[in-house]
Amino acid sequence: MSLIELRSIVAGYGGAPILHGVDIAIDQSDIGVVVGPNGAGKSTTLKAVFGLLTVTAGSIVFDGADITNARSDRLVPMGLSYVPQEKNIFPTMSVEENLEMGAFIRRDDFSGSLASVYEMFPPLKEKRRQKAGELSGGQRQMVAIGRALMSRPRLLMLDEPSAGLSPRYVLEIFERIVAINKSGVGILMVEQNARQALQIASRGFVLAAGQNRFTGTGRELLDDPEVAKSFLGGAVPA
Amino acid sequence: MNEAIFFLNNAVVPGLVIGSIYALGAVGITLIYGILRFAHFAHGDLMTMGGFVSYLLAIGLAGIGVSTTFPVAYLILPVAIAITAVAALAIDRMFYAPLRARGVKPVTLLVASIGVTMMIQGLIRLFFGTGTYNFFEATPKVIHQIRLPIEGVTRPISFTQPQVVMVLVTVAVVIALHFFLTRSRFGKAMRAVSDNADLAQVSGINLRMVVRITWIIAGGLACLAGTMLALDVTLKPDLAFNIILPIFAAAIVGGVGQVYGAIAGGYLIGFAESLSVFNWAVLLRPFRDQLPDWLPTNLAIVPTEYKLTVAFVILVITLLVRPTGIFRGASL
Ligand SMILES: Nc1ncnc2c1ncn2[C@@H]1O[C@H](COP(=O)(O)OP(=O)(O)O)[C@@H](O)[C@H]1O
Ligand SMILES: [Mg+2]
Repeated sequence: MSLIELRSIVAGYGGAPILHGVDIAIDQSDIGVVVGPNGAGKSTTLKAVFGLLTVTAGSIVFDGADITNARSDRLVPMGLSYVPQEKNIFPTMSVEENLEMGAFIRRDDFSGSLASVYEMFPPLKEKRRQKAGELSGGQRQMVAIGRALMSRPRLLMLDEPSAGLSPRYVLEIFERIVAINKSGVGILMVEQNARQALQIASRGFVLAAGQNRFTGTGRELLDDPEVAKSFLGGAVPA
Repeated sequence: MNEAIFFLNNAVVPGLVIGSIYALGAVGITLIYGILRFAHFAHGDLMTMGGFVSYLLAIGLAGIGVSTTFPVAYLILPVAIAITAVAALAIDRMFYAPLRARGVKPVTLLVASIGVTMMIQGLIRLFFGTGTYNFFEATPKVIHQIRLPIEGVTRPISFTQPQVVMVLVTVAVVIALHFFLTRSRFGKAMRAVSDNADLAQVSGINLRMVVRITWIIAGGLACLAGTMLALDVTLKPDLAFNIILPIFAAAIVGGVGQVYGAIAGGYLIGFAESLSVFNWAVLLRPFRDQLPDWLPTNLAIVPTEYKLTVAFVILVITLLVRPTGIFRGASL
């Protein structure tokens, strides 16, 4: 059984639907990467999973439980975590308080998780008393991912974690994501750096105009000349 | 020296008292704005309501023969705070929550709160008429006087017992609020919602619960402020409605959404008012022989009746010079 399965999702922001039947399924061991042109509905797909807009048809099943249109604060205790594309930190709160808010639902001692987030992102430990809004773009992204990890999720959803980062940071963030996945967390992420992201993907989904266009392993999508031509900006470089 | 004591009694003490009242009101307004994103116009009337709740409890106690002198009288306060907090929750449930559920714009909530203003004042007039009430009909206000053991000093430093108690309570409440917001799990959750409500919900924070906590705190502080005002002057149906402008000014000057800003703004406006209506000529009295005759006997910056303009002027200057307020709150 898949960790999460989206079955023919139709959803939108109140007007005409944006998603016209999206199918996605990944296991806990997977890194699922969703790519596609701007405005394809990638962010909308993640928002639909996290109860941030209304799903009008289809269903979302997480670990056997129907979570279609569930309230987002109820999903966190079930083991889902989400890093939005923008505004994904609490700017006037300190780095450590941001991480604490990620652990809001936990009533146990979360100092272990705090330590492992600091171990994963050493700059955060150094700046843990600083306001998150004062950090650089790359460090903010670390705060955002760290926050999402504090609830000890089984599925981590990331919306363009590498957006706006310098190439050095992109590589670093991807490395961390692989490490998080190795520790037993399923990953479902949306990426603009499609070629790079598909390299680490075990499942790849190409979305266009609110519909699935191609689905396969990351390698399959990278090797598909059609995908390369239409969605990855040209043929596979030699 | 007598003049300095006169200044203390007639400018510093009133500034401290009215500043505390403004600060408590402004903190409520700023918290509600931070969490619910609308200007709660009915906040003054929530304060007035708190004053009447305290008054009812006081005459109730007196009615069953309990002496309402210090410290018994102040035991009423926690009960009145609890009742007003529940009333604030009920008002939200009945009027604001249904509108929020429909996703209305903030201006709609503002207009609804103007309706709540009229409703609360109407209800108070229905039960209490339009007259004024005094907490101190049965037992007069205790006035503390401190005489300085200095040669030539005849005037005592004087203030009333409710003034001392209320200013001390305000300080205690502000410290408690500080620890709540910076140390407790729910206090931090409130700041998180104020910072980024969507992300807070995505982190598993129940927004409805945070909204309830906000009303409990805002309602409780409003009761404290209203009672304090009623103790300092007299209780009447439009008691705090009349000072809603300086309270909003305090919240805006401090930076909307900024708790410490609201406190600073409250005291700033409170002191600005009391210093503006203070007759500075008094301080010149020791030099009266050297002063020219044409100097008027009243050197107040504004006449007492125009006290409200002080808050207005400070508000306008703030909006022109630093629209986000001292503590850089939300820009209006
Ligand atoms: N909050 C919103 N309200 C209405 N329409 C939106 C909203 N957010 C995105 N859209 C529209 O939905 C479509 C898909 O957007 P999105 O899912 O953000 O695309 P992307 O694949 O680039 O992440 C776009 O046409 C966009 O204009
Ligand atoms: Mg997007």
